[in-house]
Amino acid sequence: MRQLLKGNYAVAEGAKLCRVKVISAYPITPQTTIVERLSEICANGELDAKFIKVESEHSAMATLVGASSAGIRAFTATSSNGLLLMHEVLHWVAGARLPIVMSNVNRAVSGGWNIWADQTDSISQRDTGWLQIYCESSQEVLDSVIMAYRLAEKIMMPVMLTYDAFFLSHTTEVVDVPDIERVDEFLPPFQPEYKLDIDNPRMFGGLISPDYFYEHRYTIHKASLEALEYYPEVCREFRDIFGREYDITEEYRTDDAEVVVVTAGTITSVVRITVDKMREAGKKIGLMKLRVFRPVPIDRWRNVLGNVAKVVVIDRNLSPGLGGVFADEIQSALYPLENRPSIYPVVAGLGGRDVTPADIEGIINHALSSDDPAGAPLFWGLKQ
Amino acid sequence: MERTTQRMIEIPRDVMTDEELWQPGVLSCQGCGASLALKLALKGLGRRTVVVVPACCMSIIAGPYPYSASQVPFLHVPFETAAAGASGVRAALDIRGEEDVVVMAWAGDGGTFDIGLQALSGAAERNDDILYVCYDNEAYMNTGIQRSGATPAGAWTTTTPGEAVKEEPKKDIEKIMLSHGIPYMATASVAYPADIYTKFRKIRSIKGTKFIHILSPCPPGWQIDSADSIRVSRMATQAKVFPIYEVEDGRYTINVYPEREVTVKDYVKAQGRFRYITDDVVNAAQELADRKWEELTGMVE
Ligand SMILES: Cc1ncc(C[n+]2csc(CCOP(=O)(O)OP(=O)(O)O)c2C)c(N)n1
Ligand SMILES: [Mg+2]
Repeated sequence: MRQLLKGNYAVAEGAKLCRVKVISAYPITPQTTIVERLSEICANGELDAKFIKVESEHSAMATLVGASSAGIRAFTATSSNGLLLMHEVLHWVAGARLPIVMSNVNRAVSGGWNIWADQTDSISQRDTGWLQIYCESSQEVLDSVIMAYRLAEKIMMPVMLTYDAFFLSHTTEVVDVPDIERVDEFLPPFQPEYKLDIDNPRMFGGLISPDYFYEHRYTIHKASLEALEYYPEVCREFRDIFGREYDITEEYRTDDAEVVVVTAGTITSVVRITVDKMREAGKKIGLMKLRVFRPVPIDRWRNVLGNVAKVVVIDRNLSPGLGGVFADEIQSALYPLENRPSIYPVVAGLGGRDVTPADIEGIINHALSSDDPAGAPLFWGLKQ
Repeated sequence: MERTTQRMIEIPRDVMTDEELWQPGVLSCQGCGASLALKLALKGLGRRTVVVVPACCMSIIAGPYPYSASQVPFLHVPFETAAAGASGVRAALDIRGEEDVVVMAWAGDGGTFDIGLQALSGAAERNDDILYVCYDNEAYMNTGIQRSGATPAGAWTTTTPGEAVKEEPKKDIEKIMLSHGIPYMATASVAYPADIYTKFRKIRSIKGTKFIHILSPCPPGWQIDSADSIRVSRMATQAKVFPIYEVEDGRYTINVYPEREVTVKDYVKAQGRFRYITDDVVNAAQELADRKWEELTGMVE
């Protein structure tokens, strides 16, 4: 059924369609309407789930550790400071191989309060073991929740899907909300091999000596990489049932492109428009949208970008002292290639600063006119 | 120090099970109260129990991978998340239709009085149907004896070193928990095993948040001989430093009345950790113990 939904409501619909059984979350702008909506549908019986109204995000994630260990499908949503507060438990969840799904609304990290779009929050959790999927539209958000559970429960790893504050969380779009029966067809009930069970008592998450810990960590790494094999299959099945295409990355007019712009999140929509416009003017520009960022789809990046002359990476995030993180990782992925492209790292739009088609054109023109990428990021739109 | 003969403990043998849900061979020190307390607690609770343990000595004692001392499911969680983790297990078990399975968070004093207090308060405020047990050895023992909010005044720890012993008295966790209006709150001590057993049997049928605070001796932390850990724990109760009582829906019952005159001074003298305690601190502790005992007996009448 087609509905008008804001990104946050699309998330709530997604959780509902997946028949999550335990929800635990704590309000933070701009995620709050997810908490409100889920509270409402749990209260009115639309969703048969227990919503545990915890006193913090740290406890929200810890509560899901308990619920998921007991073999129940669990969900939470957060943003920025809330995500950062969860940090310790995020590592724990991946270490415990719990297939929890979380949506994160990308919001700037404080000090100096800022509630607007910025991907530094999720980027700063990239080493936790959580799979990360960046979304561009409300439809993609909803669909990604459904696909996330399918992926998570297959490889027993947690999945975070993440999307920009306000530009997506609070923007209304037309969304095709699938029938729950079709979702049931796609997503079987969660039945883990091991769970807290008094008839089969086991110990979970105890002390692991140096004799085993290295291998334990390696299996987590391997499980994460399995997502690169399995996610395309998930996407194919999703397409067969629901008719919408997704992939590990999305390429747009990259085939003969001389410059490919790499983005994640809502800036992608702006770049897509700009690519069309510049193509009309005869410039060979393409776009690669990052969807799966953890695990790193290194072969895919190499295939798409390996033979391009110039790659512009736009980061709406900043690792102080380094620059944008997407650019950094793409650079290392491409480094071993003989004909590696010139990389133009750009930081833009931090803390919700608008990035317009004119900005994108300016950024691309900068790359077109320069033959010497400095390596250091271009801080686009920085006021002097 | 004179040794008192232990009185026979009346264990209700008609109901006491021989089943051991806590296996031997655990990694505890000799004379460890934590392991003994858990063994007794599980005897009272029986098999239909899930244990949730945050970082504390019990994370080690319970056994390293691939071993486990527990015959009931055992979930380790981060340090400050025992209560939240237990709430999550509770919700999941309810969904699975296993409402009768007891979910027990088993945390140290650091995980309860200090870093885990926020999550515990949240669970208690929601009155989640969990049992939260704090085994209190009065310091961070797992990390090698550092002060906690449960360390008594006058005690040495590695962060209240040498003669610079702890100045602040122990936090009143019982009052904190009771102020949440929970249906059951009790204290217990490994010196009174029958009492532990009885209490854990009882809580099976109480819905809502239950809190049990167990005094749990730590020979290396208290600087006592491991053979003395029960005797010293018993002195704590006899000296009214650690009274044994329970509060059910606001009704107070004192479970152990001191049988002989033991002063706070006697109690601290028995432990190396109080080597540098001053007379003033001992006197203040005695006053506090007397006042609290009076308060407590007043609640019973
Ligand atoms: C967030 C965090 N901070 C610190 C630690 C280190 N740590 C592990 S156990 C512990 C002390 C535990 O003290 P307590 O709860 O009293 O239990 P005990 O070890 O005395 O049995 C500390 C500080 C940790 N695991 N996690
Ligand atoms: Mg302790």
